[in-house]
Amino acid sequence: MSQGTVNAGPAQAGGTVQAPAGRDRRATAIRLGLLGVLLFIAVIFPLVITNALYTQFAVDTMIYVGAVAAWNLFSGYTGYIALGHAVFFGTGAYTVGLLTKQWKLPGGDIFALLPLGGLVAALVAVPLGLIALRVRRHTFVVITIAFFFIFQLMAFNLSFTGGNQGLSSPFFLWSASDYNNPFYYVGLIIAVGTITLSWLIRNSRFGLQLLAIRDDEDRAQGLGVRTMKVKLIAYAISGGISGMIGGLWWFFIGQALPETAFNPLFDLTVALMAFLGGFGTLAGPVLGALILEPLQQWIGITFTNGYVSDIVLGVLFLAVILFLPRGIVPTGAEFVTKWRVAQARRREPGPGGSAPPAPPGSPAASRTSTPAAGTPSTGTPSTGGVR
Amino acid sequence: MTALLRTDAVSKSFGGVQALDGATIEVEEGSIAGLIGPNGSGKTTLFNVITGYETVDGGDVYLGDQRITNAAPDKVFSAGIGRTFQLTRVFSRLTVMENMIVAAQHAERGQGRLRNPLARAGGPATRRRATELLEFTGIVGHAGALAETLSYGQRKLLELSYVLMAEPAIVLLDEPAGGVNLTLISTIADRIRELNQRGTTFLIVEHNMDFVMGLCDQVTVLDYGTAVVSGPPDVIRTDPRVLDAYLGTAEDDDDIAVG
Ligand SMILES: Nc1ncnc2c1ncn2[C@@H]1O[C@H](COP(=O)(O)OP(=O)(O)O)[C@@H](O)[C@H]1O
Ligand SMILES: [Mg+2]
Repeated sequence: MSQGTVNAGPAQAGGTVQAPAGRDRRATAIRLGLLGVLLFIAVIFPLVITNALYTQFAVDTMIYVGAVAAWNLFSGYTGYIALGHAVFFGTGAYTVGLLTKQWKLPGGDIFALLPLGGLVAALVAVPLGLIALRVRRHTFVVITIAFFFIFQLMAFNLSFTGGNQGLSSPFFLWSASDYNNPFYYVGLIIAVGTITLSWLIRNSRFGLQLLAIRDDEDRAQGLGVRTMKVKLIAYAISGGISGMIGGLWWFFIGQALPETAFNPLFDLTVALMAFLGGFGTLAGPVLGALILEPLQQWIGITFTNGYVSDIVLGVLFLAVILFLPRGIVPTGAEFVTKWRVAQARRREPGPGGSAPPAPPGSPAASRTSTPAAGTPSTGTPSTGGVR
Repeated sequence: MTALLRTDAVSKSFGGVQALDGATIEVEEGSIAGLIGPNGSGKTTLFNVITGYETVDGGDVYLGDQRITNAAPDKVFSAGIGRTFQLTRVFSRLTVMENMIVAAQHAERGQGRLRNPLARAGGPATRRRATELLEFTGIVGHAGALAETLSYGQRKLLELSYVLMAEPAIVLLDEPAGGVNLTLISTIADRIRELNQRGTTFLIVEHNMDFVMGLCDQVTVLDYGTAVVSGPPDVIRTDPRVLDAYLGTAEDDDDIAVG
């Protein structure tokens, strides 16, 4: 099987197709503009839409946007599918709840406890990570689920957790009309912070190491990446943020029960959101949460039967896996790329050659300099920030 | 005696299969050494054991006078041993440049860049070096492309390129000429020679005998996990034990053209 199997191009074969700088800059500008508009809408939302039912949906949505971004920061980047992040969510909720009770904190001060809830969750993530991150794929998934059940059992049975009565938050005499707003804005800050952190990590050496682990962990280790350390840090950051969000959730809902703080549907929902939007991408999971959480809330009020929401969740899960296995964002990006290539081809001069020559730097010009014969490379352009 | 890399009676079995059976080899500093032997004779396993991908059942591995037996792959790489795989392993969903930067962790430690973990991946010095290496191997035109879009031969070149990012003292190549066209084979041979002249030591597993005999200073023959003979190419070519090793495993002898 050795000699002369010809499938390699000559080493010096032509360059790959790359987006011209001009269009790249325009794309970045469009992306930033879009981001600004989205952020603006998010900020003014509860000021414009003051119906308490809708602002409550908005808080729930923010909680899930943050949670899925945090989950994706570990699972999406490393490829390790964790289904036990409810452990961290619940740990954060219980930590904030217990400290509130202990220190008898009034109203808004409770928000200051969220980082502490996050810290405790991150600390819990370290030993759990040291155990679970030794194994991969299915075994890893199963171990994270096992952690989940252990923690739920502890919440039921330990003396300080309040057992099946759970932990209630104090009642506030805040005005009913904008009661939800503080929760909404804290949720927004956490969500935007997590997305920003994900973006920073995506472009950092640390993030590159996570993505290398996703592609070939053993190879990464053989190139000097301290894989265990890198995975563990990502797991702890992800768990810590989930814990902060759990604390916020407890404060907002007003009560943590073992079965709601450590909720098996939490991880399924978060994973579904990530897969729907685009597992491992930056924008995909957020988009998934923005679609799915309002949808679930809407189903919840439209159909009084509580199971409808769960059934829809299950059906959607199947549909995503069957029809959109890579998620909305990657599939959409591919569609756009194909469309652009087709457009560029149409603009290429035909055999008659009457079409004007494409100016240098235009898409058509760069497409005509396609790789030389022998190079099968089609040069998939990097999809930049969303990849 | 300046053996840069040495395995001392290394053994490894998988269930009932004795892949390595007291294998002792030495690679002189500054040389290009060849490791040949029939399919299944344990060449890849020896590479795996040296680079920390498998643990030994017995025996030792030394880099210079440093004992690196059973050290983890990242430690072995940092110690100065780089390797490629028989079937290429690149990070397919990262760009070629990003592949290079992943391997630069060790090099960047010296630049103090590791203190800020959120700094942009790959400092200017790293990117410059990566570009130089990609120019050297001839795939710099693909720097921005995803590695999965590369052809098989280009992936082999990428593997060689990123291994060089850490400026290893010795590079282990597992069948660098396997499955690539003739033009590329000679390019690879030229690059190995050039790197060797600049001081890099090589240990090469290869079935293409012209490639091995033309390139190597010293060739070791592995048979059933044991190093049966070692010497300069001319001697190896005519050694009866070598013919025996290959002819003894008749089903594999199409892989080799001795002489
Ligand atoms: N991970 C493994 N599990 C079981 N058997 C293995 C493993 N790796 C190698 N072997 C066996 O060890 C022997 C040596 O294999 P290898 O080192 O790949 O040989 P070579 O590279 O010389 O062709 C073969 O019989 C092979 O089947
Ligand atoms: Mg082999």
